[in-house]
Amino acid sequence: MATSGTRPRAVGRPVKRVEDGRLLAGQGRFVDDLHLPRMVHAAFVRSPHAHARVRHVSVSRALALPGVVAVLTADEAARLCHPWRGILTDYVGMKTALQYPLALDKVRYVGEPVVAVAAADRYVAEDACDLVEVEYETLPAVVDPEAAMRPGTPLIHEELGDNVIYRGGFDKGEVDQAFARAHRVYRDRFVVGRQTCVALEPRSLVAAYEPREGSLSVWISSQVPHMMQAIFARILGLPEQKIRVVAPDVGGSFGLKIHCYSDDVAACLLAMRLGRPVKWIADRLESFATDIHCREHLVDVEAAVSADGTVLGLRSRAITGVGPWSCYPRSSVVEGNQVIRLLTGPYRIRNYKAELNVVAQNKALMSQYRAVGHPIASMVMESMLDRAARDLQLDPVEIRRRNLVRRDELPYTTAFGYVFESGSYLESLELALDKGGYARWREEQARGRREGRHLGIGLSCFIELTAPGSFYGSGGAPISAQDSATVRVEPGGTVTALIGVTNQGQGAHTAFAQIIADQLGVSVEDVNVMSGDTALVPYGGGTSGSRGAVLGAGASILACRAVAEKVRRIAGHLLEAAPDDVELRDGKVSVRGAPDRSLTLADIGFRVYYQSDKLPRDLEPSLEATAHYTPARPITWANGVHMVVVEVDVETGLVKILRYVTVEDCGPMINPALVAEQVRGAVVQGIGSTLYEHVVYDAEGQLLTRTLMDYLVPGAAEMPDIEVHHLETPSPFTLGGFKGIAEAGTAGAPGAILNAVNDALAPFGVRLTRQPITPDLIRSALRQAPALNRDGRR
Amino acid sequence: MAERHVVRLTVNGESVERLVEPRKTLADFLRQDVELTGTHLGCEHGVCGACTVLLDGDPVRSCLLFAVQADGARVGTVEGLAHDGLHPIQEAFHDHFALQCGYCTPGMLMTVHDLLQRSPSPTREEIRKALAGNICRCTGYHAIVDAVEAAAARLRAAPPREAAR
Amino acid sequence: MKPAPFEYLAPRTVPEAVSLLARHGEEAKLLAGGQSLVPLMNMRLARPRRVIDLNRTQGLAYIREVNGALRIGGMTRQATLERSPVIGGRCPLLPEALALVGHPAIRSRGTIGGSLAHADPAAELPAAIAALDGQITATGPRGERTLPATSFFLGVLTTALAPDEVLTEIALPALPPRTGTCFLEVARRHGDFALVGVAVVVSRRSDGACGHARLVFCGVGPTPVRVARAEALVSGRRPDAAVFAAVEGLVRETLQPDGDLHASADYRREVAGVVARRALTTAWSRTNHG
Repeated sequence: MATSGTRPRAVGRPVKRVEDGRLLAGQGRFVDDLHLPRMVHAAFVRSPHAHARVRHVSVSRALALPGVVAVLTADEAARLCHPWRGILTDYVGMKTALQYPLALDKVRYVGEPVVAVAAADRYVAEDACDLVEVEYETLPAVVDPEAAMRPGTPLIHEELGDNVIYRGGFDKGEVDQAFARAHRVYRDRFVVGRQTCVALEPRSLVAAYEPREGSLSVWISSQVPHMMQAIFARILGLPEQKIRVVAPDVGGSFGLKIHCYSDDVAACLLAMRLGRPVKWIADRLESFATDIHCREHLVDVEAAVSADGTVLGLRSRAITGVGPWSCYPRSSVVEGNQVIRLLTGPYRIRNYKAELNVVAQNKALMSQYRAVGHPIASMVMESMLDRAARDLQLDPVEIRRRNLVRRDELPYTTAFGYVFESGSYLESLELALDKGGYARWREEQARGRREGRHLGIGLSCFIELTAPGSFYGSGGAPISAQDSATVRVEPGGTVTALIGVTNQGQGAHTAFAQIIADQLGVSVEDVNVMSGDTALVPYGGGTSGSRGAVLGAGASILACRAVAEKVRRIAGHLLEAAPDDVELRDGKVSVRGAPDRSLTLADIGFRVYYQSDKLPRDLEPSLEATAHYTPARPITWANGVHMVVVEVDVETGLVKILRYVTVEDCGPMINPALVAEQVRGAVVQGIGSTLYEHVVYDAEGQLLTRTLMDYLVPGAAEMPDIEVHHLETPSPFTLGGFKGIAEAGTAGAPGAILNAVNDALAPFGVRLTRQPITPDLIRSALRQAPALNRDGRR
Repeated sequence: MAERHVVRLTVNGESVERLVEPRKTLADFLRQDVELTGTHLGCEHGVCGACTVLLDGDPVRSCLLFAVQADGARVGTVEGLAHDGLHPIQEAFHDHFALQCGYCTPGMLMTVHDLLQRSPSPTREEIRKALAGNICRCTGYHAIVDAVEAAAARLRAAPPREAAR
Repeated sequence: MKPAPFEYLAPRTVPEAVSLLARHGEEAKLLAGGQSLVPLMNMRLARPRRVIDLNRTQGLAYIREVNGALRIGGMTRQATLERSPVIGGRCPLLPEALALVGHPAIRSRGTIGGSLAHADPAAELPAAIAALDGQITATGPRGERTLPATSFFLGVLTTALAPDEVLTEIALPALPPRTGTCFLEVARRHGDFALVGVAVVVSRRSDGACGHARLVFCGVGPTPVRVARAEALVSGRRPDAAVFAAVEGLVRETLQPDGDLHASADYRREVAGVVARRALTTAWSRTNHG
């Protein structure tokens, strides 16, 4: 690299994680591990109803319980803070009600906090909750998203006039003409169930308020400490410089921990009122009821296809129910918008009309979870392609080859208007087919069918929207578009880096240490990366949207360049060489072509920090720099292909995954092992989406999936080995050419698995368009299959 | 409030004596009273496996046991797996990228420890079944299975002196 | 998710446990392995005022073999049973069913008596014990009484145990020679409660026909469900694929399960037939080795 003159050594290698030692030894520091003097514990009285008027609240028995130090009611909480509203102004016409920490007049979903209690420990706090008496007058619940839009449906917020949060859409190209000249038009309705994130560490917070300073410290399991600082400032009425937010070790997040939750605000209010630290740790019942949910969608789609399999045009109409409020500050309209915008995937589809309805309902709030919108969009598109291929008697591979954007068409602008600058759509497909043994599996499938085994092969070709720059800021949300790094050479010659991107398990500290090590010519062990503390790190946006690697690497590179420049100028002075002739390599700073004229970084550190008086006045005595980075383009597109082989037991409806192969192209890899692990973990979440995970409410809005016995996350026994292959097509517009990777697996899995299951079931004339694909769903489809005997056996 | 009970037990070989309410779970006891926070709580209803510890050598869910029930017992937690440095299982997890956020890891390690005590050469399928009661939301399990295979090979070659049990 | 307060009692003997139960009645709850009770307590769905812990009660954990019959103490851990050579040799159905009960850390604590007394209709052990013609001994203030497993289970989480009785022993009669058994279930994930499961016991007579036969299902009703008509269909015949298929049909027609969050009634009925056919086929093939 030009900045340092060193060859990359750490980047590109599977460097082992610097994060592991403590975590393996049980020395992680998660929020619940923190104990402060005089700390008390919060618990919440929560709504048992989906929709009800709060008639009366009596807290006197709870207050009288020994060990209870405070009970916070909704009225008091409302007086102590500013309510918030989850609007993004660039989604024109969206509306949502103000949100308060505790339910004021009505409760609007099961689990909504009504009263907050603080007590000596969590046990007593829960005892106190049992003593709070709340009288409710139940109201009819709005549960079904389509019903929510109908006139005459009960209103969740009377002042808004209806239950519609947002209506949007677009009409690009010549859609009607495309349908008019189609050889075939395929219509389907896809039904995608609600899911939730299930980070194993629940949402957790410790808040401590110093009334004399007016300062608030919050340790919170969060992806976005600076965003939390900004929203706590707005809501709690404190200036930002008086708020410190620390995200210590975070036990998984996946989009769970980037939102403003009312119980977090209430816990802070308790801490401010008491002047004592308050700890609140969601238990799993609270997690299922109040963590953000995601995905719930109905998508009606029509595809106009020519006789040769070319997709001429698309129409889609998506409806999503997002709970009573649009979530603050990221809103609850992004997933729906991404569903319609991403639907065309990596395919050349010029004519596309889409419509979106986002409605309120009496369920928990929905917002962004890993791969926001992608899995739904991809599943719909991939399933329609397979349907067309089967009808036109084309191989599913062939129809994809005919429609995928080719490299020579780049830059390619999608019907919606996204611009793909670089990518490997066809190349990824061919590599996946080769590595996955597609042709062999087709033979195996034919043999299986003769023997009564039902194998299916599924493909999905997908794009991943990564590293969004301005995404939320443009809609008015306090969410950083840039990210940051401070890099400092310490007096002893080692390196400290403070990064605005946060770490929830991705291995971000390892990746940035690799980048910085190469930039400054030191070893990875000599770099210590820290993050997650607004008092420590420069202003950053944390993690979301697969932005961490791209923005964090960019900021790190820029900061390192500035530090290296300082090193070169000082070394140039000390070595009597031109700064441009000084290079940083192998922990040494030397004159190019004269390796005997060299210093260590420690030599320079000593001079700069301890003998700066002896440096010329025009040399700043500094080996530290802070840099901020925003990618040149609003989105960096990654892409990939999944190939999966399943076997369906048609008698029981059980699906077994026999083979899972992915090809991922996230540009040059900082650490291929970290990339592979991001992919594997994301794929398994995608498998979970497709086969297992479902948040279920009944017709009255009661939550039925309240525990990990009922909400099924993937377990080790059913998950396959996942083979990960890489292509590396650099982005021309990011520093280092990096692209994001964290969500790709979750994006691509549902389409591939649905297609594989449908491929297995094709001989029965069955095609599913719903997820999760449960054994019951498969059996019920087989039972109703027209061409079969009743038991579904051939 | 119910009468408190004196609980005496050993944790990772050290004697511990505390006065506790009967309702306090062993998990909370270890985390709060003994200040060993490596044992994590992920569900408190026995499904996720993050709180798995060894009770007289057997793996148990410490969220489903009251501390009073452990009176007189030997408890082993992740902090006791190795005296210093890392146990071969922990090393294998590091080598194979078998952890991300690290929250499930202590329970996973205790479960693997038990598996490899009973079954020194498990197949991948046996490993997967043995881990079925420990939810990992980050890794997708593949790397953990790799790590367990590697740890098994290492332990067959050179069994370490046991600390936790 | 923390339990409500309770008083903790740890009787040393069965009579002491019984007298505590008699004294505290419905306010008290017996704690065996705790793998079902403690989650309910943590969620405050169960709030016993007093917990009587049987884990320190002497003489409740044992496995004895008497002339091929087995006597198992109520507090015997599931893991102990699963690994017992005596159980494995005399009654391989039990380890096969036990391997499906939760996970190793659950079975370390879970007990056979606790599982039977909890009487979850989806649980494996009640069906297995019923298929083995198990006899359950309850000890109360009036002494011991023994009742067949088939009449022990009265409904969802309800048994014939009186509030002052402790489940102290499970007796399993010796199986006839050349008996084959199989426990098979369909669950969403390994270790989950069964959507549908079946315990099958069949014996091959010297003439090659099936003699003794038991088919008991879990997950298809409020209690373990024995399908005697299916047993009658195999018994006295040389079962083959046609017989197994007939059993499948009969099971499907006979059972009347309810649907729930995890599977519909139709699904359970159909798949009960499937697992019956498959388990019977396997169990019959195992009679060759018995």
